[in-house]
Amino acid sequence: MPSLGADMDAGTISEWLVKPGDTVSRGDVIAVVDTDKAAVEVESFDSGVVDELLVGPGERVPVGTVLATISTAAEQASEYPPPTPTGPPAPQQPAPPESPPPSPEPAAPPRRPPEPPPAARTVPVASPLVRKRAAEAGIDLASVHGTGPGGVVTREDVERLVSPRATGRVRASPYARRIAGELGVDLSRVTGTGSGGAIRALDVHAVTERAGTVEAARAEEGGGTAPREATGEERGETRQEGLRRATADLMARSKREVPHYYLSTTIDLSRAMTWLRERNREVPVEERLVPAALLLKASALAVRRVPQLNGFWCGDHFEPAPAVHLGVAISLRGGGLMAPALRDADGLDVPELMKRLRDLVARVRAGRTRSSEMTDSTITVTNLGDQGVETVFGVIYPPQVALVGFGRVVERPWAVGGLLGVRPVVTATLSADHRATDGYTGARFLGTLDRLLQAPEVL
Amino acid sequence: MPTTITPEQATAMVREALSAIAPDADLDGLAPDDDLRGAVELDSLDFLSFVEKLSQRSGRRIEEDDYEELRSLSSCVAFLSHR
Repeated sequence: MPSLGADMDAGTISEWLVKPGDTVSRGDVIAVVDTDKAAVEVESFDSGVVDELLVGPGERVPVGTVLATISTAAEQASEYPPPTPTGPPAPQQPAPPESPPPSPEPAAPPRRPPEPPPAARTVPVASPLVRKRAAEAGIDLASVHGTGPGGVVTREDVERLVSPRATGRVRASPYARRIAGELGVDLSRVTGTGSGGAIRALDVHAVTERAGTVEAARAEEGGGTAPREATGEERGETRQEGLRRATADLMARSKREVPHYYLSTTIDLSRAMTWLRERNREVPVEERLVPAALLLKASALAVRRVPQLNGFWCGDHFEPAPAVHLGVAISLRGGGLMAPALRDADGLDVPELMKRLRDLVARVRAGRTRSSEMTDSTITVTNLGDQGVETVFGVIYPPQVALVGFGRVVERPWAVGGLLGVRPVVTATLSADHRATDGYTGARFLGTLDRLLQAPEVL
Repeated sequence: MPTTITPEQATAMVREALSAIAPDADLDGLAPDDDLRGAVELDSLDFLSFVEKLSQRSGRRIEEDDYEELRSLSSCVAFLSHR
């Protein structure tokens, strides 16, 4: 049972879309899971053949429970060619240090490769020393996630596996191990969702986040013996009450743990609005763009240029995300809030982003969200403009480190070059985690956002 | 060219479009002059869908400049049936 958001602790299988013997590819929708918040389409983490479905429809199980087993291609290496890249994300480098002295706009840091290198699955080209060490420790190199160039297994990768912490030969990414160590999570109690059941950072987060505290996480991971929080169903909660509680828990945790700082700026949107209007006049009604699409695209590009705001706070340090998955706060009819991800938003052109946005909102409101959309956001944007407010200072979705807020586009007197004019403007705000960044970095983000919105045609 | 739309047809079109977008909305409780975006809780994407549906149904392309005319039920009806 994947954690479909930091606020989920259990889920009910409502439907299996595959059966034993079916061949699945990574990303295929294999089941529909009912959380307290919504029905979510769960995608396969791996490619292979479905072995067994372990949890039946209607069963409610805690996050981390194995739902089904899939024989991966690696396990059938003699019969199948190596799979397409399915490895867990390569460990990322620590955040680049922030330069304290004010400097001119630094050049955008090199973009990380969009896809993590495939894990060395079949025959990793490891050095003889590494192979020897692995053989001594009884480790199958094919099961090791290589962190060297091109996914090569390094000696360190092997050492991590044989370190005392990893008793019982738990397969986990180095990064997952690191955060598990920091958070005091016993890896042998974490269910891996990576290739071949390897534990990914996400899985460790799933364990700690749903419980809020490490102790509670351990208790829950202890299986049926430990006391477990009552599920929404047991409490007789409706979906809406469950959603409210989930939001309440997450937001309370954010305000308890995350030292927020807030910045605000007013951005002249006259160019953007003129561009939109002219474009919308030329296209069919269904291809019209709304200002929110431009604001989202600009946010995605801006955070790519200020990557210190794009990623996760992991225990005691910031971990930058390799891609920009923009969480979009969507209010549900009848109350409640969800923030699924527009994946790789920085790479979408505005019309495509608009299409995806409409699709996402429609599916979320219809209760059909995909699991990757619920877990992947690297930064969230909230847009309360439609409700008429001019400014929103949002609460960060942990473990993300920033939230961007847009108010309503309003016409205001605006002074330019000593002259007063009336222009459409929007108030853009940033709530950011002061553990991860300082106001200087946040200010750079809002400045970048402003500049980007002055050239809407190249967004 | 679209044929003339009667106020009754226009009302039906608007209600149909709204209930497709906001199935839970209480359209019967909607007063003719209520602000649609507020009363039915339409965000900008919903409103675009609303405009799209009205455009299709009426066979008339509704420009962004016309959005002001689509403020309430009664103004929508006036806009759609007034040729």
